[in-house]
Amino acid sequence: MTWAMIVGILSSGIRLATPYLYASVGETIGQVSGVLNLGVDGVMLMGAYVAFFVALRTGNLSLGLIAAAGIGGVFGLIMAFISVTLKAEQGISGIGLYLFGLGLSTFLFGVTIRNVQTIDGFPNLAIPGLSRIPVIGEIFFQHNILVYVAFALVPIAWFVLNKTPFGLRVRAVGQNPEAADSLGVSVVRVRYMAVTIGGVLSGVAGASLSIALLNTFQQNLTNGMGFIAVALVYFGGWRPVLVLAGALLFSTVNALQIWLQVAGINVPSDVALMLPYIVTILVLAAMAKRRVNAPAALNKRFERGES
Amino acid sequence: MNQRKLWDLLPRFTPILAVLLALLVGAVMLAILGTNPWEAYRALFIGAFGSTNALADTIVKATPLLFVGLGICIAFRGGVLNIGGEGQLVTGAIAATALALAIPTWPGWLIILVSLFAGMLAGAIWGGIAGLLKAHFNVNEILSTIMLNYIAVFGMNYLLRGPMMDPLQIKLGSFTPQTARLPRAADLPRLIPTRLHLGAAIAVVLAVAVYVLLWRTTIGFRIRTVGKNLRAALAAGIRTKRYMALSLVLAGAFAGLGGAVEVLGLHHRMFTDGSAFGFTGSAGFNGIVAALFGQLHPIGTIPASFFLGALLTGANKMQRVMQVPSALIGALNGLIVLLVVGSEIFRRRQMKHTDKLGSEQVSAADTKEEP
Repeated sequence: MTWAMIVGILSSGIRLATPYLYASVGETIGQVSGVLNLGVDGVMLMGAYVAFFVALRTGNLSLGLIAAAGIGGVFGLIMAFISVTLKAEQGISGIGLYLFGLGLSTFLFGVTIRNVQTIDGFPNLAIPGLSRIPVIGEIFFQHNILVYVAFALVPIAWFVLNKTPFGLRVRAVGQNPEAADSLGVSVVRVRYMAVTIGGVLSGVAGASLSIALLNTFQQNLTNGMGFIAVALVYFGGWRPVLVLAGALLFSTVNALQIWLQVAGINVPSDVALMLPYIVTILVLAAMAKRRVNAPAALNKRFERGES
Repeated sequence: MNQRKLWDLLPRFTPILAVLLALLVGAVMLAILGTNPWEAYRALFIGAFGSTNALADTIVKATPLLFVGLGICIAFRGGVLNIGGEGQLVTGAIAATALALAIPTWPGWLIILVSLFAGMLAGAIWGGIAGLLKAHFNVNEILSTIMLNYIAVFGMNYLLRGPMMDPLQIKLGSFTPQTARLPRAADLPRLIPTRLHLGAAIAVVLAVAVYVLLWRTTIGFRIRTVGKNLRAALAAGIRTKRYMALSLVLAGAFAGLGGAVEVLGLHHRMFTDGSAFGFTGSAGFNGIVAALFGQLHPIGTIPASFFLGALLTGANKMQRVMQVPSALIGALNGLIVLLVVGSEIFRRRQMKHTDKLGSEQVSAADTKEEP
């Protein structure tokens, strides 16, 4: 293994982490408020489709990105309506949302675009100065804008969740909705906001695939990335920084596996592909015993006057 | 008085209302996109019921949904959300294929029995891993079953591209990732001269068995108690973790058997397009839809699976005749799930209304009153 290869693997690890980061940071905010949205993958697919469609038709990438965020928000609102207003079982609602997004994006793709096409996505943006640093510059500072924003999102999410009144409310309704309610915090409104923010970020996650990383759209483009994003939230114990660590571990293992394949090294690629999933299960098992940070009201419906 | 009764009955029909509403949304979408929804749905209907062959294909499509759905009835009523149907179908199918190929000279009925059992066992193990992880390590079963889906698919791809690849494919140099055809003696008998095979009948018989298990045995009672009220189950001395794991084992066993039946009854070999979908056709997810549509009742899951099988079969016809992507039905399936779980609130409200004692938290896994 040469330097160039290591740099290449790490650099694509950073890049591949982008969709996971948007989706899992968004999912973290939703889950901290007490709502498990299992439909992230479906929302990502809708975001990816809409971004690609708009970018293809208008030639305007930013417009595609905004549209993806918008459709993500709409899907977030749907999830919030079903799970918060109608108080439906969150896990099953999420599966419904996933199937809906998967089916709808495939259907709309078949009606409007039909065959697989590519576009020129967001170009790489070398950070002046920093990108010149040998090795480091190549790994960290020669990516497209969505990659930088994804990484910037981690400290922002941490700050919002831990240092702002809004974050305090989000955590309160996720830990003890009854107490928050009795103090006059609207559990419903805070959860709606958190889940919708999660939806917007999932939409952007999809867009980061279709108009920045892969620059194409096809049926089931995400291939389950959204489910991994949900797992990464548990993996990171609802802390944005640890979620980032999980996303990087996952994407780097993936980049390594792609490299192994390209290099023709004699590890059956399918076995290598399993690795990240096995690692995720093992980490979840190892972490579960000391899961103190879990939102106590996660996956539970809140009803006034019941406890 | 009469109105009151009608209102009481309404929640029983919410799944049907949900489906009608979903079809209506589909019609509006079709109309917006400039397709005549009436024509499209007519093509779908003819595709699903228009001939003996169509009807047989509908039942064939419904069969794996029913197998998975029966497992889902057990799991969801037991309070565990098994999302692992896809992986369990795949592992069951692989085990059945491997066994049938290993004993080609045995009598047909014996190959069938051994292979079906192997498929069931493999599915049970795959579900059981999630059960073990939940019981001993407190790992959320939603996450573990999803991870296990991927692991199963990559395992399938590895086996079909390597050790289990059809020797003929290797000889011809075409390397299509599929196994050899199973011995013909191991083909499940056809019920009528169509593609309809014995699997559908097995599934229906098992639906009755699941009903008996859940409502006429102690194990079933405990499974339901754990799902309905965990605290009460603990207080009653039920080993809740063990029963949650058991629910996952049983759910996996049914899905695994479904995978084995798909191989022995329909495909007669195992193949892959690289994803789970290529083999399962998303039956692992659609089985969840069927179970929910059937109100998590094994008998109700029979017509529910049949109906979804009709939608899926008809959708292919609709795609051919009207150029409407069959994925529309996938979207409507998702919508059905959202509407069914979303409408649970009306049932809960009503139960509270009619039953003053009904203040206990009723989970979505508990959608049907005691018979």
